[in-house]
Amino acid sequence: MAMTLITTNTITSGTANAAFTSSIDSTYKLYIFKLIDVHPATDGYPLRFYGSSDGNSSFVNQCSVTWYAYTPESGTPSLSYHANGDQHAGSPTDLAYTIGNDADQSLAGELWLFDPSNTTYVTHWYSRTTANGNSDESFDLFSGGYFQTASAINAVKFDMGSGNIDAAVIKMYGVG
Amino acid sequence: MPLGAFKAALMGTAGVSTGDVVLLASTTVSSATGSVEFKGNFTSTYLEYIFAFYNMHPGTNNVSWAFNGSIDNGSNYNVTKTGSFFAAQVDESHNNAALQYQTGDDSQQATGYQNLTDGVGSDNDQSCSGVLHLFNPASTTYVKHWASRMTEYHASDYAIQVHTAGYFNDADDNIDAVDFKFESGNIDSGVIKLWGVK
Repeated sequence: MAMTLITTNTITSGTANAAFTSSIDSTYKLYIFKLIDVHPATDGYPLRFYGSSDGNSSFVNQCSVTWYAYTPESGTPSLSYHANGDQHAGSPTDLAYTIGNDADQSLAGELWLFDPSNTTYVTHWYSRTTANGNSDESFDLFSGGYFQTASAINAVKFDMGSGNIDAAVIKMYGVG
Repeated sequence: MPLGAFKAALMGTAGVSTGDVVLLASTTVSSATGSVEFKGNFTSTYLEYIFAFYNMHPGTNNVSWAFNGSIDNGSNYNVTKTGSFFAAQVDESHNNAALQYQTGDDSQQATGYQNLTDGVGSDNDQSCSGVLHLFNPASTTYVKHWASRMTEYHASDYAIQVHTAGYFNDADDNIDAVDFKFESGNIDSGVIKLWGVK
């Protein structure tokens, strides 16, 4: 089972979002997005994830969960459910918590999208990201769920909870 | 994290590219060895590196599998790091099930080795396996992120799955070497593979 690079989206200046609007089809049963050093313009907001059945014109509701391990550079760590980041009939889902925008702060991780072209079942996805937060902490954040439609998902989008993505490399791979 | 769909790729043959995941190095430990070091592999060619650990078996009972990074090609393994450690566990009698953050195994601006597991047993059939991702170690702009998932046969006959993630808190220097060892004693056997993701 080989993993094939399909698209690389490199952001080097303020950009509202990173959308993948082509090549999500029946060619692969699994699509993996690699998020490398996603750097926000605005301090303290999450990276968010959307799916679309109409090529990025509108976004499908999700049912999803999010939880994270939190480790400050000093202070008390914890393991928590992220109740403000999940969805039960809405969009988007948080893929991170409060990412810092210091020059050296960023997020890395990956998101798996399963069989998006099927029109029988909902489309499942899950992710894991590691980021440094705006109060100098580590967040190991897990998200996962499904798009509440049996229609094919043919586009996805990433954006920040507020402000631009100032820098990032996001790669999309096909598996299988 | 990714052993599922990556399984075939991660189990591939040395020197063989499997799509856009390329095997860079493979080390087989078959007799007592203090540590396993990887250097000369970490460049801007790849933005993600994946280590896969297969049945790492300690010489000493109840020791954690651990790693550290270097910014001077392995002369020192002491990069400051902050990262989490949480685990799900159950014993072979189906008791003591728990999901918990373990403060004794995380790092808060620490320079020592980061534990990737709890105490692995040294019985003949005990070991740990899993995966570690290292993101963009050649960056001299951002901190360097890692994330791991390990499954282990604990010394007290538990199954434990451990997730760790965090960052080397050095934006200016690239990570140019990575070292693995048990917290004490030798590695008696195991296989470690290193992959680059194009």
